[in-house]
Amino acid sequence: MSPTRTAAEIALNRFGLGARPDEPLPADPKRWLLAQFESYQPLPPAWAQQPSSEALVVGYAELQRGVRDAGAANEVAARQALAVEVRDRYRAAVDARMTSALVTPAPFAERLVHFWANHFAVSIEKPTLGSIAGAFEAEAIRPHVFGRFEDMLLAVERHPAMLLYLDQVRSIGPESTGARRAASVDPERRRGLNENLAREVLELHTLGVRSGYSQGDVTELARALTGWTVGALYGPYAGRAGAVPGRFVFQPTLHEPGVRAVLGERYEAGGEGQAEAILRHLATRPATARHIATKLARHFAGDEPAPALVDRLADAFVRGHGDLPVVYRVLIESPEAWQAAPAKFKTPWEWTLSSLRGLGWRDLRGRPIAPMLAQLGQPTWRPGSPAGFDDIGASWAAPDALMRRVELAQRLAALAGSNVDARLLGPQLLPGSLGAATTLAVERAESPETALALLLASPEFLRR
Amino acid sequence: MSPLPDSRRRFLQCAALGAGGLIAAPRLVFARAETERRFVFVIQRGAADGLEIVVPYADPGYARLRGALAIDPAAATKLDGTFALHPALVETAKLYQAKQALFVHAVASPYRERSHFDGQNVLESGGAAPHDVKDGWLNRLIPLLARTSGEAVAIAPTVPLALRGPAEVISYAPSTARQAPDDLLQRVQQLYANDPQLHALWSTAMDSRQMASPARQNPTEVGRLAARFLARPEGPRIAMLETGGWDTHSAQAPRLANQLKALDAMLAALRDGLGAAWAETTVLVATEFGRTAAANGTGGTDHGTASAAMLLGGTVQGGRIVADWPGLAQGALYQGRDLQPTTRLDALIASAVGECFAIDPERVTRTLFPQAVAFKPLSGLLRSFG
Repeated sequence: MSPTRTAAEIALNRFGLGARPDEPLPADPKRWLLAQFESYQPLPPAWAQQPSSEALVVGYAELQRGVRDAGAANEVAARQALAVEVRDRYRAAVDARMTSALVTPAPFAERLVHFWANHFAVSIEKPTLGSIAGAFEAEAIRPHVFGRFEDMLLAVERHPAMLLYLDQVRSIGPESTGARRAASVDPERRRGLNENLAREVLELHTLGVRSGYSQGDVTELARALTGWTVGALYGPYAGRAGAVPGRFVFQPTLHEPGVRAVLGERYEAGGEGQAEAILRHLATRPATARHIATKLARHFAGDEPAPALVDRLADAFVRGHGDLPVVYRVLIESPEAWQAAPAKFKTPWEWTLSSLRGLGWRDLRGRPIAPMLAQLGQPTWRPGSPAGFDDIGASWAAPDALMRRVELAQRLAALAGSNVDARLLGPQLLPGSLGAATTLAVERAESPETALALLLASPEFLRR
Repeated sequence: MSPLPDSRRRFLQCAALGAGGLIAAPRLVFARAETERRFVFVIQRGAADGLEIVVPYADPGYARLRGALAIDPAAATKLDGTFALHPALVETAKLYQAKQALFVHAVASPYRERSHFDGQNVLESGGAAPHDVKDGWLNRLIPLLARTSGEAVAIAPTVPLALRGPAEVISYAPSTARQAPDDLLQRVQQLYANDPQLHALWSTAMDSRQMASPARQNPTEVGRLAARFLARPEGPRIAMLETGGWDTHSAQAPRLANQLKALDAMLAALRDGLGAAWAETTVLVATEFGRTAAANGTGGTDHGTASAAMLLGGTVQGGRIVADWPGLAQGALYQGRDLQPTTRLDALIASAVGECFAIDPERVTRTLFPQAVAFKPLSGLLRSFG
């Protein structure tokens, strides 16, 4: 079996993103984590250089119009230009994410960014999302990681990426002035509600699945959300109601009039504020607290977290009215998160990131990292569903996935060549936690490269 | 592994032969012998579906058993009144029309169970049962040809069983840039020995690694590479090419089409690369066993018994099917589920090899298949020696 872990090692690898050989061992692991509440950078240098979602949405729309207007002769070229633009934007954003995580002064805080971005997952499976998934994380998630949950929720549900991803931009109140006018022009082209965002808000973002809400609640929330959309670049709604292209806007003509009832609460008619009031209410419900508490506990204390830990985190969430640092403090003080046995099998993202950090990388050396992550089975911002990537070991510990990690370990080790001595690096990356079998395997390896590959592929390094 | 001292083993780099960029492709292994004739064995690891490669379109059982998987005879190349060739085998069909390809159907090794590893062991060792014979029939063939001792080169990370044995073999591994070396894999295996979860995952990964087609292969490059070795006047006369990925339990139609397209490209590149030497060449394509006669519930087929084999080359008396066709009626199926074997694969191999190198068939059989009960050779597979 794998050996047990020391507190410093747990702080670095389970709470953090993996030890770096050029950073000192935390003398007081808990204080090291708490200090990151202050040293966290909402907009680190690598992200600061990325374009805003507004610019990206407009740029995408312009290229899309280029495709539409290209004419038969130029259509292929225009489509290609669009695809290349999306790919390059996506890769640049994944690189910014990885680079930030390599050099961050606050790796625990950065891990929480990744956690929340996966909780409020968008997926580039939808082509329009390709270029703005990164900006979503930078704009809707990062500013709120040490803030209040409801502020993050509102930022997320108002962000163009989420509005586009979950079809909110297509949803129209059936009795709205816009819908009635459209129906009078062409009764065949009736448009109406799209419940996608409303359902995922209840099921994934707040209360959690099977937590007691009904289909009626979904529909009522969907009605309240009508009018929440993205400023159009062209078309009938461009420039309406002060809409800035590529930015969130409330479009009153699309909003379903009337009073709404969600989970037994009454919400007066009131335009944009109606859905906002519902979301603020949802953000502080006990079911939401429990949902978030369960996911956080699972992320730090194992696939099957102790119910007592979940209770404690949920209580903290309720007590602090969704103030997230209050919850994090309780987590850091919980013995369940410090159990000596490894709690988690690393995801491909975590393993790649911890490997690069362990090898001392501070930038990506001109190579995009996205293809590597895709090869390992976890393409960034491309989960199969709005539920995000699974956070249990069984989803990642698979034969082929393991083989790919070993192959990648070999390639990374080959890049390091004989500059890195795995015999010295092992105890730095897994302080006090390196087992006899791995130590022996590293010592007996036929070359420095093989030794390094074995360290990265070792049971201790595959888990945290 | 070769029993030779390391100093006699030569490991060549891909780039040294100007084939840089070739990645972990089907593996090639060569053995040198003194003759103008060339023999190439292409193994299809994973149990290739003979019924979809050489399609018995006129057999009424075919469409019934295969349902949606059945190849549309209108799209396939008709070979005769009963059989058609999978449409992906474009170049192979040309060879058939040029009478340089023949297909043997309802053929099987003596192995009658359904494990890939055991089936490949029997196919490559030439034994009557798995693990009975320790070296490979292709290796035992070498001393029958050589007037001088042959030299062996390992290009593949490991020499496949069919070529393992006392005779020297050179193996050549196309660039393994993306593949971890076997040494690392073995060390990882040891490292995981006491970790139940990782040990189980790794064992499965290693099993399927042996089964799976090496990733990102470039079949044309492999065919060309093999030809470059074989075409040299002083070069090896025996080559083995490994292909994988034939285990089509699901999504068989697209997967098999891709597999066959790759095989077709490899064979064409071999033919083109050999140039004049193609006239002296015999290529055998064979798999460890076939697949179920009926389609399964996941758009594929499961492990079966008899399959189809191919003989190609300038030496082959081609343009025909060699089969004692058992039919696909329910009562005709082996154990009620598989194509019934009616031709022995060992007899096909022994006969093809014997005719290729003009060696007494009985001697070939005794050497290559020492445990086989006497069987009648298939005569007239190749054109007689000029």
